[in-house]
Amino acid sequence: MNTAELKDMCRVVRSDIVTMVHKAGSGHPGGSLSATEIMVGLYFGGIIKVDPKDPKWEGRDRFILSKGHVAPVVYSVLARMGYFDVKELDTLRKLGSILQGHPHMQDTPGLDCSSGSLGQGLSIANGLALGFRKQGMPNRVYCLLGDGELQEGQVWEAVMTAAHHRLDNVCAIVDWNHVQLDGTLEEIKDLGDLTLKWKDFGWNVIEIDGHDVEQVVNAYKAAMEFKGRPGVIIAHTIKGKGVSFMENDCNWHGNAPNAEQLEKALDEINGEVK
Amino acid sequence: MDVKKIPMRDGYGEALLELCEKGENIMVLDADVAKSTRTVWIRDKYPEYFIDMGIAEQDMVGTAAGLALSGVTPFASTYCVFLSGRAFDQIRTTVCYNNLNVKLGGAHAGISVGPDGATHQSLEDIALMRALPNMTVIAPCDSEETRKATLAIAKKQGPCFVRFGREAVPVVTDKDTPFEIGKARLCREGKDVTVIACGAMVYEAQLASDELKEEGISVRVLDMHTIKPLDADAVIAAAKETGAIVTAEEHQMAGGLGSAVAECLALSCPAPLEMVAVHDSFGESGKPEELMNKYKLNKDAIIEQIKAVIARK
Repeated sequence: MNTAELKDMCRVVRSDIVTMVHKAGSGHPGGSLSATEIMVGLYFGGIIKVDPKDPKWEGRDRFILSKGHVAPVVYSVLARMGYFDVKELDTLRKLGSILQGHPHMQDTPGLDCSSGSLGQGLSIANGLALGFRKQGMPNRVYCLLGDGELQEGQVWEAVMTAAHHRLDNVCAIVDWNHVQLDGTLEEIKDLGDLTLKWKDFGWNVIEIDGHDVEQVVNAYKAAMEFKGRPGVIIAHTIKGKGVSFMENDCNWHGNAPNAEQLEKALDEINGEVK
Repeated sequence: MDVKKIPMRDGYGEALLELCEKGENIMVLDADVAKSTRTVWIRDKYPEYFIDMGIAEQDMVGTAAGLALSGVTPFASTYCVFLSGRAFDQIRTTVCYNNLNVKLGGAHAGISVGPDGATHQSLEDIALMRALPNMTVIAPCDSEETRKATLAIAKKQGPCFVRFGREAVPVVTDKDTPFEIGKARLCREGKDVTVIACGAMVYEAQLASDELKEEGISVRVLDMHTIKPLDADAVIAAAKETGAIVTAEEHQMAGGLGSAVAECLALSCPAPLEMVAVHDSFGESGKPEELMNKYKLNKDAIIEQIKAVIARK
């Protein structure tokens, strides 16, 4: 897809997110909206090597969603990629659905791992990368982390592991939207100089505007080209991006819009492009 | 009685060496206790099969999960207490929920770790692990059975946990003794009562059986090495044929082998039951034998409970 098409897809995905969370009556729109360009760039920007017709293809790259609560953005992207019918999005969080409240790989075609307990994804990504290396496979592993999630100690254990083993087939993405469930990170537990932290741990750091999809795609390419060290894309984003009343508000971390709010949200998402 | 004593953990290390020798697609991980778990043998002989994850149990289990997703069979190894406790959420939500082919080797299980004290004495791991869907839980009785159990879990798909002790303990099985996951092993035939034991308590149960034989009490002994899935047929047969059960384990009474047997009996074939186990307390520093005596995890404690349970028949 070219940049204009990617921007259109972001609008489609954002519409899916607010609509499915509204229909489910619960879910996590804030962090899904902040990660939209990150996910659209990865899947529709020609970055991740996958085949929706063959979800278990051994030669595929892997995507690990470490911040499992933003399942809606992943489900929308997988549906729009053709892994399953878009109509399934209406079943999110309902009994018997292939779309569990937090990702369950056995239920959803295209999911490479389950998640929901924060802080675990990067370790899993490293294990995949070490396994690919052992077996002489060229596959890459992508792992999306939330910023609040970086308060989990295991993340930093995994950061050290990837650097120690020079896992340049790992690409982490941090969705730095500055808002967690109880408030802002700055209020609750500040991450400080995040770029310096990752650099100091031995990673190749690429800092971007996470809502500029062209920057997102270029960052993935730059991370891929960098050899000898794992790469992290620190994406500056806005929680709830695209829906004014959700932006930067921790109350929209895990809340469903009502019918009126949904209509307003869809108008904003699909209205005049800023 | 003159018996050979070998630490169970040697069996774990030997089995891993065998798997590497055969070129199996495995990876051995440790969290900075490779000398204790015997995975150091892999590090020294087959370094390409070994990763030391450092002091990071949660990361180790997560990394093992990723290795399993890539098609490699990982053996994540460290002290039982940290593996089952520190990394419990990783084992639950990443390994078991995904039903991943991750093998967990818990060394230094039980109170017999000795002088290191309560922080290092794993007495809750069976309870934690057997509560998890998809998990197989094994507590072998000696080094040879630990070797066989390790080879068996390598072949079995899905999450498997094996716990084994630090101390040299009597070797009661040999190369030809059968071992099958989920199948109790008959150690002593008997008709008056059955002791269902796991780990090093199997040897103590055999001693109890042999001693009571002289008093005219016929004690069946089952090595219940697999606690999950429990061999319910063997438990029910023991209840029907001998009418009373004693369980024996180096673990808390709550949630361990005794609880598993109690669940089975209560649901299928109620019978008098007594348990030899740690009674809702932490351990402490001391020599292994002193601790086993103080916490009543020995032949004499088993004999006491056998007599108590027979009186309830």
